Amino acid sequence: MDFNEEQIERYSRHIILPEVGGRGQAKLLKSRVFVLGAGGLGSPALLYLAAAGVGTIGMADGDCVDLSNLQRQVIHNTDRIGVPKVHSAKETIGKLNPDVKVVPFHGRLTEENIRETVREYDVVLDGSDNFPTRFLMNDACFFEEKPLVSGSMFRFDGQVSVFHPAKGFPCYRCLYPEPPPKGLVPSCQEAGVLGALAGVIGVLQAVEAIKLVLGIGDPLEGHLMVFDALKMTFRKVRVRKDPECALCGESPTITTLKAYKEEACELRPATCEK
Amino acid sequence: MVIKVRIPTPLRKLTSGSDEVTATGANVAEIIEDLERNYPGLKERICEEDGKLRRFVNIYLNDEDIRFKENMDTRLKENDELSIIPAIAGGAL
Repeated sequence: MDFNEEQIERYSRHIILPEVGGRGQAKLLKSRVFVLGAGGLGSPALLYLAAAGVGTIGMADGDCVDLSNLQRQVIHNTDRIGVPKVHSAKETIGKLNPDVKVVPFHGRLTEENIRETVREYDVVLDGSDNFPTRFLMNDACFFEEKPLVSGSMFRFDGQVSVFHPAKGFPCYRCLYPEPPPKGLVPSCQEAGVLGALAGVIGVLQAVEAIKLVLGIGDPLEGHLMVFDALKMTFRKVRVRKDPECALCGESPTITTLKAYKEEACELRPATCEK
Repeated sequence: MVIKVRIPTPLRKLTSGSDEVTATGANVAEIIEDLERNYPGLKERICEEDGKLRRFVNIYLNDEDIRFKENMDTRLKENDELSIIPAIAGGAL
């Protein structure tokens, strides 16, 4: 791949890294990364993936920008209130790096469309806000053999991991076999979240995705990173492949995609204006 | 044996906000019983009625998931630390 002069300058701080170099930058420009959710985690992840020159970035989000999003969803801005998040994100990315082709999907991924969506990509990032979607994305990535960079957050806590059963590593269900019943674990807006925490976790997801594309370092496969913003501690624990995993274990009972019913989130805006 | 237990944010309202508490026991099950004595309500948040760990909550002995050791019977030794880590889902919110 030949870089033009502008690209050589734009990516110069990557190209001079021996671990990246011209070859690595070319890999990034040819890579395809999918980001689920253009919200708290998706915003910083998308910005850094775009800045890094990931050639094609797909994204899905059914929501529109709301004023209460802007405390953490830094890819959007005040002028974009009411605009579908994926369109707002596409506009920001276009101004940041014209090398990036953005494929936006304004809507929800379901068991009908999720597999064909992720099939087109090399790496998938999950920045969704509910358990049913997390389990659906995990299962879709398992069937499509895609590495899944998972990030989540709650108040001041964040978690990041990479699930990659196609390479012999555990999946999300090896870590948490089933979603919690409704009401037991708050996963809606009522719990609150430190805005800057979204930056920490979303950027860690971008780092892992870029490492996976480049094939460098040790991604978090088989590990869970737990961040406590109040204590400013990162703790890494082991995630084992569960031989009894219903999805990727020795005698799987989940053989097709099955969606869990989504918990109602009362504070979620019911409609998208534009 | 007195063991340090890390409490995740969602359970801290049961521990008066403490992110680390101590509990006494020779294995994980005894630690949970001791936690329940001092912080009533904690056990039902992390265990099913039959005493098994809920499927969206993990307990780590140091950095290892107790499900891949002896589960609730996992024995503890001096300076071991337990961490309770529940699944969290927030991202786009």
